[in-house]
Amino acid sequence: MFQELTSNPMFGLIVSIGMYLLALEIFKRWPLPIFNPLLLATVLVIFLLKMGKIPYKDYYEGGSMLNVLITPATVALGIPLYNTFHLLKHHARSIVVGIVFGSFVNIFLTGILGLIFKLDHDILASILPKSVTTAIAIGISEKMCGVATVTLVIVIATGIIGSIIGPPILKLLKVEEPVARGVALGSSAHAIGTAKAMEYGRVEGAMSGLAIGVTGVVTVFLAPILLNLLGHWFM
Amino acid sequence: MELYKQLLYILGFSFAGEVISNVFQLPMPGSVIGMLLLFCALQFKFIKVHQVEKVGAFLLENLSILFLPAGVGIMVYFPIIRKNWWLLLLITFITTGVSIGFIGKLVQWVKRKYEEDAIDIKQKGEQK
Repeated sequence: MFQELTSNPMFGLIVSIGMYLLALEIFKRWPLPIFNPLLLATVLVIFLLKMGKIPYKDYYEGGSMLNVLITPATVALGIPLYNTFHLLKHHARSIVVGIVFGSFVNIFLTGILGLIFKLDHDILASILPKSVTTAIAIGISEKMCGVATVTLVIVIATGIIGSIIGPPILKLLKVEEPVARGVALGSSAHAIGTAKAMEYGRVEGAMSGLAIGVTGVVTVFLAPILLNLLGHWFM
Repeated sequence: MELYKQLLYILGFSFAGEVISNVFQLPMPGSVIGMLLLFCALQFKFIKVHQVEKVGAFLLENLSILFLPAGVGIMVYFPIIRKNWWLLLLITFITTGVSIGFIGKLVQWVKRKYEEDAIDIKQKGEQK
């Protein structure tokens, strides 16, 4: 009977929403990057499922409903892109140059390190789009035959690491332009980096948010091309 | 039915993106094509922001929770990365740090060299 209940779609939905709200409360009380709500909620749900010996498949009956909304939510990113487009036009040169070359360096370095450490091809494909916002990263990863879950985990890790080491790096390198700070954080550490950029100020926040969209579009093209090139040269 | 109508628009663009990605066998994910379609539709005034705003805001403000089920999937996939999870972390650490420093420096350089009117523009951007 227990199994019948846990495989009811309502179960997965309730567990997801409930644990996420709990994680959000914890994050509000202790706003540390390591208490990222998604990371915390993931740990909480896994803990709950392991405790109750509930298979992932049962939980996913309800969980899939949230999963289905990822694509429309990504499409909705077109709205903030439209709203901040005037900023992009004003700072087009620095933003586009920074993001195109930055993404190239980021993906290329990731690929090289992945090859040096002899990662499997599907894992390498999964981690190449790690600086892009989750929804787009998963789309890119799946197109390159990566594993969506590995991409997801590494994307979150990138965001958390970026928001922790970002500010000291920018300070060390004397990056003081608000636009530069915002683009650096948003383009390297997506939405979690943007949350950090907002602590600097509104320009940084808006720039960072804009950089998420632009980096996403740039990486869509760069990741498969670089994966192909690296594969050609080294594998 | 207002919210359903907005949802219909967004789902329409999502589906159109998926169809285009599949039919033309593009390397670009359908979701990104849908995003660009929606952006163009707004930019060229085929639809207005208020027609998709509410559902868009609902989806975006609560974006993170949508990834929870996929994230929990790590309990199934963990064996794949068990032997090299610390390598993945190390790579992430190095590349993210390099990326932040590189982009910050580059954007600042291009901006100071070619976009002299930085301060004015910043204020204009804020007013909008």
